[in-house]
This record gives sequence, structure tokens and C-alpha cells, in this order.
Amino acid sequence: MNFDDTPQEAAFRAEARAWIRANAPKQYEEELRKSSLGRTVLKGANILEVAKAWQKKKAEAGWACLHWPKEYGGRGASPIERVIWQQEEGPFGKLSGMFIIGHGMCGPTMMAYAGEEQKRKYLPPLASGEKIWCQLFSEPAGGSDVAGLRTRAERKGDDWIINGQKIWTSGAHYSDYGILLTRTDPNVPKHKGLTMFFLDMKSPGVEVRPIKQASGQSDFNEVYFTDVKIPDSQRLGAVNDGWNVSLTTLMNERMSIGAGVATGFPELFEFCNSLVLEDGPAIEDRSVRSRLANYAVKASGLRYTSMRAISALSKGERPGPENSIGKLVAGSMVQEVAMYALDLQGAAGVLSGPEDAEVAGKFQAMLLRAPGTRVEGGTDEIMRNIIAERVLGLPGDIRVDKDVPFNQIPTKGRT
Amino acid sequence: MNFDFSDEQKQMRDAARKFLTEKCPPKAVREVLDGKAPYDKELWKGLAEMGFLGVAIPEQFGGAGAGHLELCVIAEEMGRANAPVPFSSTVYLAAEALLLAGSDAQKQKWLPKIASGEAIGTLALFEGKGNPSPKAIKLQASGGTLNGVKRPVPDGAIADFAVVAARTGSTGRDSDISLFLVDLKAGGVEAKPLTNIDPTRGQAEFTFTKAKAEPLGAADDGWSILTQVLDRAAVLLAFEQVGGSDRALEMGRDYALDRIAFGRPIGSFQAVKHMLADMYVSATLARSNCYYGAWALSTNASELPEAAAAARISATQAFQHCSKNNIQVHGGMGFTWEFDCHMYYRRANASALTLGSLSYWEDQLIDRMRKKNAA
Repeated sequence: MNFDDTPQEAAFRAEARAWIRANAPKQYEEELRKSSLGRTVLKGANILEVAKAWQKKKAEAGWACLHWPKEYGGRGASPIERVIWQQEEGPFGKLSGMFIIGHGMCGPTMMAYAGEEQKRKYLPPLASGEKIWCQLFSEPAGGSDVAGLRTRAERKGDDWIINGQKIWTSGAHYSDYGILLTRTDPNVPKHKGLTMFFLDMKSPGVEVRPIKQASGQSDFNEVYFTDVKIPDSQRLGAVNDGWNVSLTTLMNERMSIGAGVATGFPELFEFCNSLVLEDGPAIEDRSVRSRLANYAVKASGLRYTSMRAISALSKGERPGPENSIGKLVAGSMVQEVAMYALDLQGAAGVLSGPEDAEVAGKFQAMLLRAPGTRVEGGTDEIMRNIIAERVLGLPGDIRVDKDVPFNQIPTKGRT
Repeated sequence: MNFDFSDEQKQMRDAARKFLTEKCPPKAVREVLDGKAPYDKELWKGLAEMGFLGVAIPEQFGGAGAGHLELCVIAEEMGRANAPVPFSSTVYLAAEALLLAGSDAQKQKWLPKIASGEAIGTLALFEGKGNPSPKAIKLQASGGTLNGVKRPVPDGAIADFAVVAARTGSTGRDSDISLFLVDLKAGGVEAKPLTNIDPTRGQAEFTFTKAKAEPLGAADDGWSILTQVLDRAAVLLAFEQVGGSDRALEMGRDYALDRIAFGRPIGSFQAVKHMLADMYVSATLARSNCYYGAWALSTNASELPEAAAAARISATQAFQHCSKNNIQVHGGMGFTWEFDCHMYYRRANASALTLGSLSYWEDQLIDRMRKKNAA
């Protein structure tokens, strides 16, 4: 057991570190370092512009989408090199937020199903951050049950005509392209009548409406399609094989191993180290220590679980299933941590204004954003199902709609 | 980086699992559980022959001289098998104390006997309820003899020698405590077995009456040595707890696949699936924390105190969680003496207390994190 880089890894790390040191937008480093869940803001700057500029710079020097082939704008790097890059990029990695879906999900789906000419046309600007992509899967009637989606695609000559509504589309308001899962045959069971496309988000008939979240912010959108025309050449995979195509996308929705998942613990520990309660420093209070210790071992457990995965990558092996716990553990932990930090502030914990609240309202922002983390990208319940079925080998739930033609599934009046 | 055990270490784990599957089936554990024997003597002998008892003992003292990573993988298997032998008290506590603080002569006298299975050792620390604390140690040492009572002492009734924490000063400081080595067969110590929640690992009360004792380590240094011994034992016991967690999870999973109710395997109900998924989560967190503990232990890193506390807390929580929910998955059958679930439930809850309870380790972890933070 050791934490040392191999000579090749060390050389790669040194090169990455030197380049980052010379090129990163250091004026934002402190703000990025301090930003946590529910609050990534840069004072006096448009984060979208800062992020795009950083991504472009990386792409020009060959540091964008490291794991992608060079011809599509990547570096052709190994998985462990990608992890090392993420470790070295540190707080500047937070600027990649708006590219994650494009780089992590849309790009790999295009790589697997688009034509060569399309790949060469669309992937490099996606890698360089010039174009942003979104993923249009979830619908009001198809969240966890995404195969229950109702957006129709109907063939008309060489085109498809799209009508329907998507929801929870991250970044649709600043996206240039999207991959879109539609229903092409409602007369067969739900998984068998889906087809995948990619489209220009500026196409006529596409309307993006931001959703005001419970937190007050707007990270997600509703997207309406009214007679939107997509050429058949932008179909990904065979007609009615969209479910299998979407599995490629979702399989790539893996946790970014090197960057780690946010748990809120470092923030809480720092807060408790400086907080003074009526009877003295919070960190000397028995009950505070007990709570902190419990959060500490979850946070360290996740950290070392990632390291085990990184080790596997370093040896050229596939990481085991351990990483599937990350999102589930971190999601509810961040919520508990936020609640506890407010609890320690007593009555004043209700205050959320940056001037009035403790630590500039960091935990209040975390509290209000946290419910979303337990839902987005797979709810806690779906994550538990995945662990139970794929890791422990337990049977899938009995599905009453599995073999029923989609248009005969009861909808409780919804059309 | 390689944050994993080596192929050789994994082979050793496989060998230990194979050996224990054969020599330590639940039936063998039950012999001790039912009170027919104080521990499994055959198994103890077999473990010695396999070289497992002395795996981390240097060759010059009769061991295999492999190391602590090797001991970690064996510990995991001991926990998985719920082995009814005095492994933790002898190997994690007594041998570690000797390795850390023993004189050459003391090591020469006891370590080869540990490795060969001839001597069972233990640590006599506690004096009634409470967690490890220098203040709680009243047992007096004077003129090379000990007087007082220790309880509970793990595997005390079957032990041949003990490391004993005794009071040698009254300044109120940690330096009031010194460690001693006592040959329990030399007279002056009465060992009385005590009933405890996990009969597969006995507990006893020692009464010392002018018992002859020789100092172990520098006088007044006892508490500092003891803290180190407890940290080292915490990592090793955590591996046992992780082995037990995994086994309890497997038992629950297998039963959920096998048991049919309401016309389907109960493992297809989300209430059951989610319970098992959560068991997997805690077992995984614990295992990862343990790996870090193993690294710190094997390299004697300055991170060891923090890593040991984290491994201890995480593994304690995981084993308690997995063993109690294994019973829950089994329903009524899980609450019978006949099913093996309760053996793990008993071991999980006894292990949770034996080196000091969760609240003690939580406190230690935060202390150690603060120290690192301040540094």
C-alpha cells in the first residue's frame, strides 16, 4: 500500500501542475475555493464567461476532455491521467460545472452513435466549451421512470416532427445543442418505442423556460417542443432503440472520481473550530464532537473509497462498484450537515443574508439547495435500487407496465 | 499509487478464508457459544500452524515477520468467520504491547509462545464501567507487585499472561500510569469468568493480590504506550468488524433471495432492498476507512491516531448496522438461537465496546483532527 505516483504519473502530474500554475485564472481561486453547494458566484464577473475562457485555454493546450480521442478535441489520456488532472485542477475544476453533462454524457453518446463527419464537426467545439450541450430526458410524467416519457417524434419524409415537453433540463437556457429522447411508437411496451436524436437548441419551436427552484435559484428548465423539425441524419441509433442508446449515456454519468463529492464536512469542521457557544468553544462540546466524528468518518470513508477506485485505474483495472455509494451518501449528508450548522447557530440560524448570517450564509444556502441533490441524477431511492440490484444481485421490482403497450398504461387522466 | 492490498496479501486472505471456512464453520463457533468449551483449542492450534498468530511478529521472535498489512487481511477473515479464539486479545493487544515496549528478554520470552499458540495473552486495562482514562486506573503497583481488581478483561479466564495498566503515581497526570507484564500462572492473580453478551469471546475479572509483575516499557510511560497499543488494536479489530459486516450483509442478501413471501422473493421488495443497500453503504465506508488505517499502521505514519479512530468508529457502526439488520431481514427466524444471525449481532456489539466505546473514539477522533488542524 502506498500513495506514490508511478514515474509516468509523476511526470504527467508535474506537467499538468506547471501548466495550471502558469495559465489558470488565479484571480478567482480564493472565491472558487470557498464556494460550496448552493453558491458558486464570482463577484464582478460572469461565471459562464470565465468558465468558457478557461475551457478554451485548456482546449488550445490539449488539456480539455482528457479522456477523449485527440481527433475529437481530447488528449487521448488514460483514466488515471484524467484523475490526476482533476486533482491538480483543484478549485478551478468548479468552473467545469456547466460542461459536465456535455462532456460526461452527450459527448460519449455522440461518440458511440453519431456518424464520423458529425463527430468531427460537433465534438471539438463541445470539448473546448465553445458549444454547450444539454440532455433532454426527464419529463413531467417520466422522472425516475424515464422510459415513461411522452414527447412524440413522428416521421415526416426525411425529418422527424417533435411535440412535447421536457423538464429538469440543466443548463438548457445556455445550451447550444441537446440530446433528446423521444417516443416514436406508442403501440409497443414503453422501453421498445423510444428513439434518440440530437438537435440544435435554437431550432424553431424550441422554447426554454427556467424553473424557479425551491432554493430560489434557476439551474434547470422546462423545454417545450412545438412541431420542431429534426433531420433523420441527427438520429442516434436505430429507430425504437433509444432505450439502449440512453443506457450508454447514463452509464457515462459516473461520478467524477478525482474531484470527489461535496459532503459539507470540511466547511462544518472549520465552522465548529471557530464557533463559540454559551459554554465555550463548540469544538469542546461533547455532543458537537460526537456529531462531527460521525460526519468525519463518512467524509473520509467516501474519500478513501474514491482512492480505491483511483488505485484500480492506476493499475489499468476497472474500479469496483464501491463508487456507486458516493452520491447517495453525500447527498443526504450535505443536507444534515447544513441543518446541524444552523442548529448550532440557534435562533440566528434563520438569517440567510450574507451580511447577517454566520459564514456569509454558506450553510443556509447549502440547506436550501440540498433537497435537489437527493433527487437530481437519480433519486436516493433509485440509487439504492441500483446498489441492491447491480451490486448485491437482488431481483428487480415487479413491473406491472413492462409488457403492456405504452398507450394502454393507465395514466390517471394525463395525456 | 496503490491503495489496495498486494496480490500476495490477497492470496493470504484467500488462504485464511479457505482455512477458516473449513476449520471454523458455524458449528464450531456454537461449541463455544453453547458453553461446551471456553475457546476452540483445535482452531487455535491450526492458526498457529498456518503461521497466522505470528504473522506480524519478527522472525527473530518466532514469527513469520510478514507485517501488519498481512495481519489486517487475516483479521478480516477472523471477523468473517466469527472465530471463537482469543485472537484479538493475544495478537492485537498483548503482542502489540510487547512489540512496542517490551525488552528483548520479554519479547524473547513471550512472542515465540504467541506465534506457536502456546501462550494466550491479554490486556488488563478496565476497572469497571467507563472508557479508557488514566484517572480510572486505581490498581496499585508497588515493590514489583500489583494489588487491585481489573474487569472486564477479554479472554482473561484462558490467558497465560497479561499486560496490566497500574497506578504508580498520584500527580493527576498521565505519567502516573505504568505498564506491567504479569505471568498469570505464577500465582497472585485470581481469574473469574464473567457472563457477557458474546460468549464466543470470554470476559473475566482479575483480582491481584501481591502479584509479581515486571515493568513493561519505561516507568511513567504507560499511558502513552497504552494509547499506541489501543490505536494499533483499533485498526486490527476494525478489520474484524469489516469482515463481520460483510458476512452479515451476505447472509441477509442470501436470505432475501431465498425467502418467498407474498408470492415473491422478499429481496424484490424495496423496503428490504433499500435496507440491504444501506448495509452495503456502511460496510463500504468502513472498509475504505480501514484501508487507510492499515496503511497508517503498516507505515507507522503520523496519521495513525486519526486513521485508527476513524476506522474504529466506521467499522463499529457498520458491524452493528449490518448485524442488526441481518436479523431484521431474516424476520422471526433471525431471532432464533438456531439461526446464526445472533452470533454476529453479539460479536458486533461486544466488539463495539471492547477497546472503549464509540463515544470514546468519537472524542479521540476530534481531538486528533484538531491537533492536525492546529499543526
